Amino acid sequence: MSAKRLGCGGVALGLLAFLITLPPFEVRSVAPSLIVCVIAIGLGAAAIGGGERRLGGGALAAALFGALGAYGASHSGVSHLEVVVSWSALTAAMLRYATPLTFAALGGLVSERSGVVNIALEGMMLMGAFFGAYGADKTGSWVGGILIGVLAGMALAAIHAVFAVSLRSDQIVVGTALNFLALGLTGYMYVDTYGANGTPDNLPSVPDINLPTDSLGFLGQALSQLNLLVWGSLLAVVLVWVIVFRTRLGLRLRAVGENPRAAETVGIGVFKVRYAAVITSGGLAALGGVFLSIGFVHSFSQNMTAGRGFIALAALIFGRWRPGGLLAATLLFGFSSALAQRLPEFSPQLATLFQALPYVLTLIAVAGVVGRSTPPAADGVPYTREGK
Amino acid sequence: VTDPPPSSQPEYDLGHGATVGARMSSALKAGGIITPVITVLFAFFVGGLVVLVTGHNPIDTYKAIFDGTGLQWLFPWTSGDDRATAAINLQQTLIITGPLILLGLAVGYAFRAGLFNIGGQGQYIVGSIVAVWSGSSWVGMPHGIHVVLCMLLATMAGAAWAGIAGALRAITGANEVITTIMLNWIAIWLGVYLFSLGGPLQNSTQPDVPISNDVVPGAKLFVFWGDPELQGLHIGIFVALAAAVVYWVLLNRSTKGYEARAVGFNPEAARYSGIKVGKTYVLVMATCGALAGLAGSLDVLGWQFHLATNDIQGTQLAFLGIAVALLGRNTAIGTCLAALLFGAMVNGTSVRNLDPAVFEPELAQNLTTVIQGLVVLFVSADVLILLIYNKLRPRRRKAAEAGA
Repeated sequence: MSAKRLGCGGVALGLLAFLITLPPFEVRSVAPSLIVCVIAIGLGAAAIGGGERRLGGGALAAALFGALGAYGASHSGVSHLEVVVSWSALTAAMLRYATPLTFAALGGLVSERSGVVNIALEGMMLMGAFFGAYGADKTGSWVGGILIGVLAGMALAAIHAVFAVSLRSDQIVVGTALNFLALGLTGYMYVDTYGANGTPDNLPSVPDINLPTDSLGFLGQALSQLNLLVWGSLLAVVLVWVIVFRTRLGLRLRAVGENPRAAETVGIGVFKVRYAAVITSGGLAALGGVFLSIGFVHSFSQNMTAGRGFIALAALIFGRWRPGGLLAATLLFGFSSALAQRLPEFSPQLATLFQALPYVLTLIAVAGVVGRSTPPAADGVPYTREGK
Repeated sequence: VTDPPPSSQPEYDLGHGATVGARMSSALKAGGIITPVITVLFAFFVGGLVVLVTGHNPIDTYKAIFDGTGLQWLFPWTSGDDRATAAINLQQTLIITGPLILLGLAVGYAFRAGLFNIGGQGQYIVGSIVAVWSGSSWVGMPHGIHVVLCMLLATMAGAAWAGIAGALRAITGANEVITTIMLNWIAIWLGVYLFSLGGPLQNSTQPDVPISNDVVPGAKLFVFWGDPELQGLHIGIFVALAAAVVYWVLLNRSTKGYEARAVGFNPEAARYSGIKVGKTYVLVMATCGALAGLAGSLDVLGWQFHLATNDIQGTQLAFLGIAVALLGRNTAIGTCLAALLFGAMVNGTSVRNLDPAVFEPELAQNLTTVIQGLVVLFVSADVLILLIYNKLRPRRRKAAEAGA
């Protein structure tokens, strides 16, 4: 058997060890899980021996995770377990929590693939969140909310483009500035417009899509009633993948992000591509914010994104600047949020620590413990035309 | 000790791929105090426009904010009751200024070594947590020793926290911007975990309040101006000023500071000349973390005396440190002045000091954030500023070219 298969088997067994202690299986003893974990560790070690170091490491991690999870689950009450682990509700919540992150991370992908670091995702989301609610309130329709929210995000992104591309400012510093600016501006306008009352209760909201899939197991139940923008985010992942990796436009975008000078010599307008990418990025990130305010929470509050823009940035790095990887990362982070929301039933302290998981995972990912994630070559480097 | 090796590029040219350190050092040479002043005035002007557009009077607003800062205490013609009120307000402004100086230095030192430390918040939080834990333990310890011990531990904790980012940068090349942002959030959730209900450091006498134990009287900082019961000014401001002096000496008169600047200017050249670049990254980040951790201990031992979970989630002070460092051009004296400006802004827009009839404090606090953003934005456009500066000072530029 190849080392790769051994590694995959190890990962699967590690997860299986945890799974068998959860509903609907609920093995009430830790012994079977431990046996499975030992096999997983063996497979992982064999995989490392066979040269698949990353996969083997993953198998070891999965085995450890499985053993700890199985120990925790088999030592807790069955009633608690069933409240926390309701697969259909967890899946639906995972998708909901992942949506704002997915939109924002896609925004980050488009911008960084063109060579402009965008740590203002947080601010752009916040603009989308406030102006989405504001637009929905003033126009009386959720379509207006989406439109105005996205435009506001694009406006902030346009400032980013002017400073980062034309004025060659340090992109991190500009991003930091825009995060402050968005926080202050949305907070100011929120207090000035809505004051102590908050956004109105009858705020138009983005509709849910009802599907007749209730009878199709837990996945069907999870998918039967999701917000339009949740589906929108999944569609956006496919669209971004097609455009960035399968079209001429996308090739140009990536060329600019990898080697702008070479791109310019074949006639690609580096500044034009970067402007377009950054502004698109603002629109996408804002869409995540719009979902947050009028698709999920149905109101706006100051600083409501609360660091989600940074989690999206983390997801982008974790997913190695690729749409598929990024979706996997946002789903993982969404799942950890969904679980954290349900864990207080079980242990409030554990739930709090769980919130830190995405950040710890990202720290491990950028440190290159599980393979190194490498950004586009010209990411963060301002471009100067030859002879200027 | 001499200046870092001269760059092959002309003095004010920020060419392709210039490092942060190179940009900063050329920015330093340009314009002296003039450009920061223009930056601030421009930011206040745009902030005033926001106030005007939303139907308030910007002049009245700024005047009301200024009245709350207590800075009029410095004017000799302020007298009587006004002077007493101004004194109390100025004490509050300076209470915020102290940690802001340290947080600004924590960002500035990293900048000089070509690193961007966005992790001030996490380092500050870790310092606060350690300070509140050590300050509420060891009841019988003598006063002076207890205070110094608490500050020392907080400083070390901050250094260790930032050292993680420095070590990751040195060993694996992981970008410190990303790692410090992640460490911020890990610190926040760690703090929330520690002080939330049932958490390991949660208050031992009030099981229903998500708050830490109180700092014992023996670990509180000495109040030298104003009433200790009414949050008078504690000696933390002197600690911060002393740190600024140490910062200046470290940066300009020590081997470590020279190495940091050389690495910031050009890591490859520094490596070639025998400087251990990786080690410098770790040391620089640890120094920055130490400064931010110390800032956390000043707030905890000086006026907060305990930490609630929402204190930890709500603190924005460290982010102001970024604006302070950028505006102060990463110099010791500039950082102190910028810290005073932002300290005054924060205090002048607080609920306690701003008259809601003139301008709502909640609006004003957001206005501070807007101005903070604008300052950082304008500082970032160093090319723009340098362009204007070069236009304004043609003679000096020509002289520089002739000399080169």
